Amino acid sequence: MAQRASEVASAPPPPQVVERGPDRTFRLLTLVSGLLVLFIIIAIGVYLFYDAQPALSANTANFWTETDWFPNEDPPFFGIAALVYGTIITSVIALVIGFPIAFGIALFISHYAPRRLARPMAWTIDLLAAVPSVVFGLWGIFYLNGKVIGVSEWLNSWFGWIPIFASDGTYGRSILLAGTVLAIMIVPIIASLSREVFSRTPSFHEEAALALGATRWEMIRMAVLPYGRAGVVAATMLGLGRALGETIAVAMVLSANFEISIRILEPGGNTIAANIANGFAEANENGRGALIASGLVLFGITLIVNVVARLIIYRKREFAGTTAA
Amino acid sequence: MSSTVTPPPTTQGEGRPGGSQGGFSTQRRTPTGLLIALGIVALALGGLFILVTPVNDVWTFVIITGLVLAVLYGIAAFAFEGGRKGKDRLVTTLVWVSFAVAFTPLALVLGYTIWKGLERFDLEFFTTTMRNIRPTQDGGGALHAIVGTIEQVMIAAAISVPLGIMTAIYLVEYGKGRLATTIRFFTDVMTGVPSIVAGLFIYAAFVLGLGIGFSGFAASLALTILMLPTVVRSTEEMLKLVPDTLREASYALGVPKYRTILRIVLPTALTGIVTGVMLAIARIAGETAPLLLTSFGNPNMNANPFDGPQESLPIFVYFQATNPQQTAVARAWTGALVLIILVMSLNVVARWLASRNDLMKTG
Repeated sequence: MAQRASEVASAPPPPQVVERGPDRTFRLLTLVSGLLVLFIIIAIGVYLFYDAQPALSANTANFWTETDWFPNEDPPFFGIAALVYGTIITSVIALVIGFPIAFGIALFISHYAPRRLARPMAWTIDLLAAVPSVVFGLWGIFYLNGKVIGVSEWLNSWFGWIPIFASDGTYGRSILLAGTVLAIMIVPIIASLSREVFSRTPSFHEEAALALGATRWEMIRMAVLPYGRAGVVAATMLGLGRALGETIAVAMVLSANFEISIRILEPGGNTIAANIANGFAEANENGRGALIASGLVLFGITLIVNVVARLIIYRKREFAGTTAA
Repeated sequence: MSSTVTPPPTTQGEGRPGGSQGGFSTQRRTPTGLLIALGIVALALGGLFILVTPVNDVWTFVIITGLVLAVLYGIAAFAFEGGRKGKDRLVTTLVWVSFAVAFTPLALVLGYTIWKGLERFDLEFFTTTMRNIRPTQDGGGALHAIVGTIEQVMIAAAISVPLGIMTAIYLVEYGKGRLATTIRFFTDVMTGVPSIVAGLFIYAAFVLGLGIGFSGFAASLALTILMLPTVVRSTEEMLKLVPDTLREASYALGVPKYRTILRIVLPTALTGIVTGVMLAIARIAGETAPLLLTSFGNPNMNANPFDGPQESLPIFVYFQATNPQQTAVARAWTGALVLIILVMSLNVVARWLASRNDLMKTG
């Protein structure tokens, strides 16, 4: 069968059959389902924008520069400065911790692991992505927090002179903890996409490098990395998008406040997503409007990050056919 | 080509700690004695870490010591073998270490959840609800949450699987040009929509917009948004793998295109599609954030997903975990364990199906 496929490939395409009733109906049905995806993306933006308006116009503070969040008060008083800051700083920490590990794993599975073990190992890392975020949150508070407190005290005693490691003596449930949990969650995403680009390196590039006497690392630096650079950047951005939008794990591990602090070891911090989950139940009508407004900002940020990442991927045609988790 | 005769590489025995490593210039191998010394240094550093930080359990010690040893070994190889070879060895070590580092949290999360979750993994947990159970009280169960999760996930699957497959059929069998590319592109972008945003959208458009109120069905709609793109992309990959000769054979017999797709193409790709659907279900079954905004949570049994707030396993875990009482936290761990068993078994069965699939090549 497979051999015949290649013989047939050069034959002219089958003549276009006239589309009859059910054929046409079926094609239109599939088209409508396809358009639904576009419709949902647009509808999300429109609905959030529309439902945020009453709360935004009732707001007595500047939405973009205010750090406090009192949308349930009368008059309401809220802004997303602290939330945007917290969202970005936790994601940046997640990338700083997670990226080198994910990069290493991707290289390990594509170029270092013994052939027989590579697939099971890739599968193991993918399992990490399957763990629900609420479980990571639970584990984060009751297990990881204790470890992070220990590391924080050590960091503070040696590097306390660096402003981000300063502390008033309290540790734990901090931005560092949230960043660490997020790092664990984004590693499998970055690793699986990067590994796919790495393993698509044309083998004659690799063989050429090896034939010139390159060591394995030199071969990777000369052949694999230049080829995979765009893919790794895109994978990292997808991981970033995940970290920016992750909700429940962050909501559980952070002891929320609305301050902009660079001290990542102290308790505190908040993110847009975590604030929505924490504040939704107690919010009144205006409070929920304010949460929807912050959700719209989050949607905008993640949409930009994802669109740019996908554009990079789509520009590399060979890579267009992969499903990203 | 160097004419120097290199002695055959010896694997052990000749190095002494602090001995004459400098004399091994032609040897080009890290002496074993040095490795032993490095092991001692690593043990010391691991011990020092336990001493200076309040972290003091055996596993941390083992992990830290192992990592330190690996890094030291890499550096020693770099120093001894010199230049390019040593650098290669250093990178190899780092790459192995990074895999170990990522494997550690997986093992810790799974191990800790099983250990903590077994405490309340009893009959009562699966047969009772949280009705009239205060956080400080023993007992109580998650039957209402399990029922809610099953209903919500099944409704979400019932909506998104047909829609997703139809979209994938459009992309593979009909779609050409800019429109198909746009749909494919935004399906990919949609995988990146944060789950909380999907929840907010359903809250704004459905719960609030249509005035229907919180319900399990609203939760299913939010989950549908998260599940749809995954189903579309995995089905699309499978349909692409169906050989064109099958389609052509069917056309040659005069079978209309829609029947060819429904009777020939879809059945051929069925195993792969099922695999993708199961992975998509595993992905949404653990979602918490959107459910808070759509089904809200409910300590009582509500088996009707179309009427009133409904509990689900992730919400159950979240609410129990936010109580400081030990009894509530124990319930949270068991809920997490049940959730992990559910998600992991879906994953394992899906991979097993995939490994038996003739269409799918490795990739």
